[in-house]
Amino acid sequence: MSPNLRIAFRFLTAKKRAMLMSLSCTVLGVGLFIVTQATTSGFEEFFVNTLLGTDGAIRIEDRKQSTMQSMEAAGGSGAHILQREGVKYIEGVEEPQLIKDAVRNFANVRGVSAVLRGNVQVTSSFKSDDAQIFGIKLDEHRLVSELERKITTPGGLGKFLESTSSVLVGRVLADRLQLRVNDTISVNARGESRRYNVAGIYESGSRDIDKTRIYLDLGEARSLLRRPTGVTFVQISLHEPNRAREDAVHMEDVLGHSVRPWQEREKEWLSVFRALRVSSAITVTVFTLIASLAMFNTLAMIVLEKTKDIAILRSMGYERRDITQIFLWQAAIVLAIGALLGGLFGAVVTWGVSRVPLPINTLFKTQTFIVSWSAWHYVQAISTAVVMVMIASLVPARRAARLEPGDIVRGTAQ
Amino acid sequence: MRTLVSAPSMVSAGEFALRCTGLQRYLGEGEGRVHVLKGVSFEARRGQVYAIVGPSGCGKSTLLYLLGLLDQPDGGAIEINGQPMSNSDDVARTAARGAHIGFVFQFHFLMLEFTALENVMMPMRKLGRLAPAAMEARARSLLEAVGLGAKTHRLGTQLSGGEQQRVAVARALANQPSIILADEPTGNLDVKNSALVFDLLTNLAKDNGQAVILVTHNPEIAQRCDVTRPMRDGLFV
Repeated sequence: MSPNLRIAFRFLTAKKRAMLMSLSCTVLGVGLFIVTQATTSGFEEFFVNTLLGTDGAIRIEDRKQSTMQSMEAAGGSGAHILQREGVKYIEGVEEPQLIKDAVRNFANVRGVSAVLRGNVQVTSSFKSDDAQIFGIKLDEHRLVSELERKITTPGGLGKFLESTSSVLVGRVLADRLQLRVNDTISVNARGESRRYNVAGIYESGSRDIDKTRIYLDLGEARSLLRRPTGVTFVQISLHEPNRAREDAVHMEDVLGHSVRPWQEREKEWLSVFRALRVSSAITVTVFTLIASLAMFNTLAMIVLEKTKDIAILRSMGYERRDITQIFLWQAAIVLAIGALLGGLFGAVVTWGVSRVPLPINTLFKTQTFIVSWSAWHYVQAISTAVVMVMIASLVPARRAARLEPGDIVRGTAQ
Repeated sequence: MRTLVSAPSMVSAGEFALRCTGLQRYLGEGEGRVHVLKGVSFEARRGQVYAIVGPSGCGKSTLLYLLGLLDQPDGGAIEINGQPMSNSDDVARTAARGAHIGFVFQFHFLMLEFTALENVMMPMRKLGRLAPAAMEARARSLLEAVGLGAKTHRLGTQLSGGEQQRVAVARALANQPSIILADEPTGNLDVKNSALVFDLLTNLAKDNGQAVILVTHNPEIAQRCDVTRPMRDGLFV
């Protein structure tokens, strides 16, 4: 152990009460930072994962048509009337196979699925309701969604695979229509009614999806909706969903279609979560600020009480930088213990919060408080504490180093 | 009592552990500014014990702190083992203190959170000349020499005033400095402990060929020193 660290440790343990106060503040600062981040990002991550698990990371929707035009005014006056450069869109994807083949060349792409969507009316033996048919090829769609994992009824996707006249119905819609697996529903589209067997009921986690969406085989959907070619959109899943924006820009340039990443698709909700995150960051920074003020107070007190010891150390050959180090070591010791205990405290409280019952069934569905377990929260909490506490400790440490041993000894001798 | 009149021209520079010439020092500011040292010159040979005596406020302690490089003079020169120190920076003066000077203060100035052994080892740990085991062995032998061999692991708070001052003597000798500076080392002790501490300091220093300079009000202590330098109004008389 270095002499400075040894001295720092003894100085600190001699001021147990003040040290424990600083330590408690650091533990609370680090711990609450972690808990706040874990709870705030927990709901956001759940929301994002729900979206990615149902609607994929990117959607290629409508074909672009350039409409840039310019006209020269008649009479050759030299004046130009320029129409504003813009883009028109033609609804849907006309050549889904070409788009899918092109998209598969992007390195980040994990899966591609063409989806045909159409509005229908569904009738059960109990009642009728509006819904949306999503025509999919299950083999493709498995790669771009977590549909398989979200089937809540026995048998999974087995029955859906067996017959093209079977459907997957969202939990909310199934409850409204009082549907069970193997029940029959009548689907009415464009004046024609067809009967389908309920092969499974899914819960995506999003109430909006579960109350409207019915999955059907793509071929059958084409027949029902009378769309022999083309699809409504192409859904894409990515290996790294956070790179969706960059990939979308690239795809839009290459494919000539409107390409929407999940960040743009859900930007309203994401901005709400971002505002919550900023708000919680301000709160947790205040916690850490309190910890740094407690450390400042403790060290300032130790400097006042240890001026005689500082003079002794300086008379024995300890340099100004040694004195600074001794006081910064004290802060570092409190920080190290505080970070460790604060991390544990944060983890325990986060776990406790995750057990708190909190039934939500609106934007997404959950029964308990959702938390996010991320090492990054611990790194952020500890880094913030380190920066703030060390800055707060520099002032008393430098003050201690500036003390002139002659002045101290003379003062004591008088 | 013997008084040695300094005669630098007759003595080789190597015999002097410490030498100062024309030291000036002002203390305070504005109207309260006092000319404390008015051109003091002084030399200390190895193996000699010097007493600086004089009334309170005559500048004894101020001179001692200047000689110990704890303070900077407003004028004049200081040499430690032939090295000029008066214009050196804080790092050089601190290094010289650690390597060449040992201090004994009136109020013991032990670090009370540390044991006697740790207090004595503290200057050695900073200097880093010895391995940890050798440091501990030397600290133990010094504490043995001052009669505290059985109390090496006692905290400063668990020692009497006399014992604390003996630990301070051992600590001052830890790095085998060439100069020992003591500011009223017996000023806070009873007669028995005063004699004990003085004997320890002077005997150990003489054995090692160290120059001992002490400031004292005690005439008996001053009488037992090799050289006594009385001061008045910032000058030796």
